[in-house]
Amino acid sequence: VRAAAALLALLLPLAPAVAAEPPRGTGDLGLIVERALGSVKIVETTHRTALARVEGLGDLSHASAVFGRDGRHAFVFGRDGGLTKIDLLEARIEKRVVQAGNSIGGAISADRSLVAVANYEPGGVKLFDAGSLAEVADIPSTPLDDGKRAKVVGLEDTTGRRFTWSLYDTGEIWSADFKDLAHPRIERFAGIGKLPYDALVTPDGRYYVAGLFGEDRLIILDLWDPDARPRRVLDGYGRGEEPLPVYKMPHLEGWAEAQGLLFLPAVGRHELLLLDRVTWQEAGRIAVHGQPVFAVARPDGRQVWVNFAHPSNDVIQVIDVPSRKVVATLSPGKAVLHLEFTPRGEEVWVSARDSDKVVVYDTDSRQQVAEVPADKPSGIFFTARANRIGF
Amino acid sequence: MPDPASAAVILMLVGLQAGGPPPKRQGELLHRLKHDCGSCHGMTLKGGLGPSLRPDALAGRDEAGLADIVLHGVPGTPMPPWGIEISAAEAAWLVARLKQGVTP
Repeated sequence: VRAAAALLALLLPLAPAVAAEPPRGTGDLGLIVERALGSVKIVETTHRTALARVEGLGDLSHASAVFGRDGRHAFVFGRDGGLTKIDLLEARIEKRVVQAGNSIGGAISADRSLVAVANYEPGGVKLFDAGSLAEVADIPSTPLDDGKRAKVVGLEDTTGRRFTWSLYDTGEIWSADFKDLAHPRIERFAGIGKLPYDALVTPDGRYYVAGLFGEDRLIILDLWDPDARPRRVLDGYGRGEEPLPVYKMPHLEGWAEAQGLLFLPAVGRHELLLLDRVTWQEAGRIAVHGQPVFAVARPDGRQVWVNFAHPSNDVIQVIDVPSRKVVATLSPGKAVLHLEFTPRGEEVWVSARDSDKVVVYDTDSRQQVAEVPADKPSGIFFTARANRIGF
Repeated sequence: MPDPASAAVILMLVGLQAGGPPPKRQGELLHRLKHDCGSCHGMTLKGGLGPSLRPDALAGRDEAGLADIVLHGVPGTPMPPWGIEISAAEAAWLVARLKQGVTP
């Protein structure tokens, strides 16, 4: 017994060192949204594994996430108005508020102090302190005839504490500077066109680009020019042809800018539109497998990867940017919803919802290098987003 | 031996009496409802870019009219025609389920 006690005494000081994880960084971390379970899987991209699952995030259909500047905290926007702050290192919910009845994503200010949420019901934008998740501002959108307020879409952060968004029902762009939280400076641009459905901001934060569902054009707003007005680009890109029915709305956030070109979805068409970033003229089109949902540039801009709307959503295509050609058509699984590049782009993670897995590809060889199981995975978000404008 | 057309009608009637499409197809339709309809109407069907599909929102709406929307879409809005892969009988079954209240 004495010998055993002595052995135990020897071992005890070692026990905490064995149990505790060594300190680690967050540069290779990220999360996968499991939409039906209301959970996120925390993953690391070095060994391509899942580290933990965090549950209790509510309705995560159409959920997205932004990251704090420490790369440690993620803010997850749920469909049910839930805003959840997650500590990736401790794999736990740090704070959670249900701030509206129905929401569609959000953004975070450049200084990472303000988290903004786009709300459908009640329509408007709410801002929260990134530390405490206390509500610090509420900007209701334009009232509608039925007593509701216009739905907010395409909420983007740019420089400073500025956010820009669109109003779906009333066809407006609002741009607000929250430098002085008590007195935000809000510019409102009405009559931009029918049914803006989403928007992106160029990687330099200069241009806000809104897509319209009801018209064959896009709208750009120069955020560097204080006198700028929204202007039409790619006017009449459908050339009068009837668009096909759309079984999944395209998403603009995360759309590709590569080699001075924006790669944009042609709504209701099996095409990518190429828009010259300097002249704002059409620079060509690329025929693709189906109606594009996401087109994302590899971080170096040499490739663009595209997924597609139902019922053509079981493949992903790779476009070689210099030649503007489709160079690969891959089949990761059923219902491919989203893709995310590793920070330098050597690999890409692709979610296949109905195959309950995320597939990891080498982007040069286009060979599959790993599979990460996940329950009905949708969005994939890596911490490198913390350092990018409009992500 | 009945001709194929009347056999199909008999099968359809049997299907309706038994409570709609075969169980496997019901599962597929409910999966579609949750995940694909859900991308605009919300996974819990309480609405999103598209309106709520919950019983309180559909109360008083004509079932045939709703089935027609499922099959043919609503021009001028993002609602697409699902008749490419859903039959009239399946649309009618889905609408009836929605009016009763369904948790897909």
